[in-house]
Amino acid sequence: MFESISAYAYLVASALFILGLKRLGSPRTAPQGNVMAAGGMLIAIVATLFHQDIVRYEGIIAGILLGSIIGAATAYRVQMTAMPQMVAIFNGLGGAASALVAASELTRLNMAGANPDAFITVPIALGCLIGAVTLTGSLIAFAKLQEIISGSPILFPLQNGLNLLIAVGVLGLSVLLVMDPSDPRLLWSIVGLAAFLGILLVIPIGGADMPVVISLLNSYSGLAACATGFVIQNQVLIISGSLVGASGLILTQIMCRAMNRSLANVLFGGFGATAANTAIATSASGGIAKSGTPDDAAAIFDAARSVIIVPGYGLAVAQAQHAVRDLGDMLEARGIEVTYAIHPVAGRMPGHMNVLLAEADVPYEKLVEMERINSSFPRTDVALVIGANDVTNPDARENPGSPIYGMPILEVDKAKTVMVIKRSMSPGFAGIENPLFTMPQTIMLFGDGKSMVESLISAVKEL
Amino acid sequence: MEGTFILVITIFVLAMFLGFEVITKVPPTLHTPLMSGSNAISGIAIIGALIGAGAEQTSLASILGIVAVTLATVNVVGGFLVTDRMLKMFVSKRKG
Repeated sequence: MFESISAYAYLVASALFILGLKRLGSPRTAPQGNVMAAGGMLIAIVATLFHQDIVRYEGIIAGILLGSIIGAATAYRVQMTAMPQMVAIFNGLGGAASALVAASELTRLNMAGANPDAFITVPIALGCLIGAVTLTGSLIAFAKLQEIISGSPILFPLQNGLNLLIAVGVLGLSVLLVMDPSDPRLLWSIVGLAAFLGILLVIPIGGADMPVVISLLNSYSGLAACATGFVIQNQVLIISGSLVGASGLILTQIMCRAMNRSLANVLFGGFGATAANTAIATSASGGIAKSGTPDDAAAIFDAARSVIIVPGYGLAVAQAQHAVRDLGDMLEARGIEVTYAIHPVAGRMPGHMNVLLAEADVPYEKLVEMERINSSFPRTDVALVIGANDVTNPDARENPGSPIYGMPILEVDKAKTVMVIKRSMSPGFAGIENPLFTMPQTIMLFGDGKSMVESLISAVKEL
Repeated sequence: MEGTFILVITIFVLAMFLGFEVITKVPPTLHTPLMSGSNAISGIAIIGALIGAGAEQTSLASILGIVAVTLATVNVVGGFLVTDRMLKMFVSKRKG
């Protein structure tokens, strides 16, 4: 009786997950989609609570209460700028939960004296392996994003060789576990070694590549849930795990394409370490940047018909989103056409900049993707770059020697005037020199993002 | 056993295809909420955790289950709430 009722409930839950994700296709329907997915989760959880094997509820209630308090407190408190860290840590928890379920199930089967076959033990090994890698990998990504540890790649000799050796070791242990599932030491060795591998796989990846890493770990957390679904032979786990796995893979691919890098290059290239050296080499030959005042900028705005604002992560760091929205409104009131150009890796995770601007009430219709806006720059009077650097670097298009050569960029250098708000001439997150700053049509507005935008606002007011 | 396996792996492969179809239609502007929302969905492992956590006698299996329930709940509750918070920002608060 229970079996069939819960199976139907799981089917309803799966359908709600799919419908919910479908509704994420437009900002209008998205809030409803999220509620549908959450409803699906609630149905799945309630249906499971009636499972015949569940006879004690104290632990479950305690776990759900504690988890809900932590989850809700984090969700309400987190700053939008810290969203990548939060998603990273949540990915890790999801992976850990999947690994624990797989380990718990094997322990239970062994206690019951069952001799699980390979159809169960292979997914157990995979669930523990992927889950543990996801947990520790996410923790390292979190620490890098939170700047608890340095964002620059940590490299040592024979790193990839060591990783390969550990990967082979984990796979070897997995084979042994499948042959003899009753030995718990094998299970815990797999978990331990995979956890170590997760750390080693993420430490060589530079801070600028974190959007790729978070997307990939997102995918892993889904695949870990999937493997666990095979262990307990539950369709809803497999379906939702695959949806998340697919989602993470697509985002990973989009991020890699936006940086013109292969996934292998991101994961094993140690990018950023070599780039820093090149930056030193080129900075000596760099030209002279032209510095301007807010009044100079206001005079140019006065004559402008169209402005494209190019926000980067530096804008969020300076908490300048609201000031930028005010400046945009003011320019629009003067009859100037204002749009925002969003590079796919403008923030620290896919779509991050859009959330930051949405928080400041910039209508999403004004945010234009890179492919669609690049043709507009030659017709634009002013490109205002705030806290963005590498994504506007013309070297990516023109200089085959540049470490970011081939990366698709926002072609701000084609605008009639380029204004760049920046603290100093120092290179960006990836440590690469940007010739945009020394071009004849570029005016550098040195200062903190927020106070400079506020100065621009008062200068425009006085026109 | 193999019969069940064929069934579940069929579901897995079809769900992957479905996932690719559905997710490619999500616009870049919603990629962050997509990620946090799908992240919440991956907390579905809670289903397996509940069964382990509710076992009759306290054992290693049930303790692992309870820890897993806690972690998965953080993931589910936090994930859906933060996604909701973000998505509401996309609905413009400004009139006209």
